[in-house]
Amino acid sequence: MSIEAMPPEDAVRGDVPVLEVEELSVTFARRGEQPTRAVDGVSFSVAAGETVGLVGESGCGKSVTSLAVMGLLPRRGVQVGGSVRLGGTELIGAPDRTLRRLRGSEMAMVFQDPLSSLNPTVSIGTQVTEVLVEHRDMGKKEAVAEAAALLDRVGIPDPTRRLKEYPHQLSGGMRQRALIAMALACSPRLLIADEPTTALDVTIQAQILELLRELVVDSGTALVMITHDLGVVAGLCDRVHVMYAGKIIETADRHDLFARPRQPYTGGLLASVPRLDAGRGVPLTPIRGSARDAIPWAEGCAFAPRCDNAQDDCLTEVAGSTVPLEYDGPGRELRCRHPLTYPAAPAGATASGAGR
Amino acid sequence: MGDVRRQRIDELAARAGRVPEGEGGVSLVRSAFRRLRRNPVAILGAVIVVVFLVVAAFAPWLAPRDPLAQTLLSEVRPGAIPGPQEGFPLGADQLGRDLLSRLVYGSRQSLLIGVVSTVLGAVVGMAVGVLAGAFGGWVDTVVMRFVDILLSIPSLLMAISISVLLGQNQYALMIAIAVTQVPVFARLLRGSMLAQRGSDYVLAARALGVRHGRIVFGHVLPNSLSPVIVQATLSLATAIIEAAALSFLGLGDPDIARPEWGAMLATAQAFLSVRPALAVWPALCIIVVALGFTLLGESLREALDPKFRR
Ligand SMILES: Nc1ncnc2c1ncn2[C@@H]1O[C@H](COP(=O)(O)OP(=O)(O)O)[C@@H](O)[C@H]1O
Ligand code: SF4
Ligand SMILES: [Mg+2]
Repeated sequence: MSIEAMPPEDAVRGDVPVLEVEELSVTFARRGEQPTRAVDGVSFSVAAGETVGLVGESGCGKSVTSLAVMGLLPRRGVQVGGSVRLGGTELIGAPDRTLRRLRGSEMAMVFQDPLSSLNPTVSIGTQVTEVLVEHRDMGKKEAVAEAAALLDRVGIPDPTRRLKEYPHQLSGGMRQRALIAMALACSPRLLIADEPTTALDVTIQAQILELLRELVVDSGTALVMITHDLGVVAGLCDRVHVMYAGKIIETADRHDLFARPRQPYTGGLLASVPRLDAGRGVPLTPIRGSARDAIPWAEGCAFAPRCDNAQDDCLTEVAGSTVPLEYDGPGRELRCRHPLTYPAAPAGATASGAGR
Repeated sequence: MGDVRRQRIDELAARAGRVPEGEGGVSLVRSAFRRLRRNPVAILGAVIVVVFLVVAAFAPWLAPRDPLAQTLLSEVRPGAIPGPQEGFPLGADQLGRDLLSRLVYGSRQSLLIGVVSTVLGAVVGMAVGVLAGAFGGWVDTVVMRFVDILLSIPSLLMAISISVLLGQNQYALMIAIAVTQVPVFARLLRGSMLAQRGSDYVLAARALGVRHGRIVFGHVLPNSLSPVIVQATLSLATAIIEAAALSFLGLGDPDIARPEWGAMLATAQAFLSVRPALAVWPALCIIVVALGFTLLGESLREALDPKFRR
């Protein structure tokens, strides 16, 4: 593992990671319906100043994971298992009051659609000051001044005027900036960004990512970046967890993941993204089928119906056990029976995660 | 019967807080108003409503005569009631009183009962709806079960029972009609609050640790009000018709010093063969004013609904 990939703060701040998720599982059980397990035994941790990516196609359980961490899933009809610790404090099963106090102050979230995440009939100013009044015990006047300062910090010009405006009067990028300002108003230790750029124009996407990097990464906030876009991962994440059908199927640091994806699914994701270093003529190959083709993990590898490497022993019936998530070299984990392999690296090349 | 009413209410509730692309805040109200002004149906409804409101407000100045003075009593004979003539544009009633003046004064009573009972019904209904919508869970279940039972009772039947129970006076009448409106507003507000509670901005506010009370009263409630405003306008029409119906049945205000359309209609029944105009005019007033409120309410609904936007 390359040393530069290590988050700088990690070594300094040391022991307890900001966020520790262990064996998190979420089951939706509505009356009269078959229960569905949306998140299944997910474990990861995020240290201060570190950016961890959760990557996967739509429907793989990324948003449900983030809502479970924030304690935002409804109580009724949802079972959450496992452990989520924020700075060592257990959140699963914590009382609502405790969670509410932590949300917005210690942990915060930025959502996909900035327009619908803002109340259309309430001014930006009211929505920003609300957080300050709630968590920082500010008076109205003080909060307004601070709100203007916050908008200024996220790069919104003429913040005093903007505070009086309503969400529809701002551009998409401005709205997301305002939401980032609200999320960071109390300098939380953890920020979860759930596809924060998906609803934005391509040119704006890069600006928002740059803003997040400036505000979060440089200040030592732990960032969980949820995305289906590997371009976002490449630009921001230190470590990446690839999810499929509710489970983590591959974990690696960013460089290793891009250089040598081991899971055929990860390989497929990378192959379907345009690459700058690839020749013009190289065609993009999307993964065949869709996420709906997954089989239950209990029956075998959920990706098997779409996998080019699949063999009989990918099914539980044949192998006698489900596919486990296993150590796959330093800093890597893998859930696959027949991973992608690479020719032995010649001397001098990065040797991490080399194939068998 | 109850099912149809529930469905109608729920449809209206589902439209709450849907904001057209590129609108919001103050401009939302402004653009709804602009749409309203361009709609001829809305203008017709508004004109009717305003005319009746003005007539009711300025009745003493607008009525040509004293509505109680039996000026033409001497001309009333069995089988003949004086028709339109000089100074009596619509003729007189069976006691020789000027019909036009009685209609003008009658508007006061009808509109007053309509407005007071609708406001009362809306306020109490909204309080019940907020209770259910804010707490959810078993509070919601219990309250809404009760509301649905009320909704399944035909409203006129309920109004009759209540006004019989409360005795015969105009306040009993207002309360009786208000009670029939309570479940409508309760279900409506609860439904639209529920729709809002599942919205992204509520989730985002919760993710920021904004407290429940503030989310309910600062975010959810204001966005849930537009169907309530629409319903209130429509309810005015219902309330006026119900008030007239109750008076017609003899359950209205017993004070004969206050002419009222429903009571006039009831009295006119006995003279239908002699002078049908005595029934036609108050009936027409009831229908037209109810139509005015309905037209205004329906166009308000369209104006506030992004789906109808051109
Ligand atoms: N409220 C819910 N009730 C039932 N199933 C749900 C609910 N929310 C999400 N799911 C299921 O959980 C799975 C993961 O959803 P989600 O986390 O939103 O995916 P994504 O990775 O795109 O964010 C989906 O298959 C979805 O069907
Ligand atoms: S376990 Fe089998 S089916 Fe699943 S990804 Fe690996 S090779 Fe493909
Ligand atoms: Mg999602």
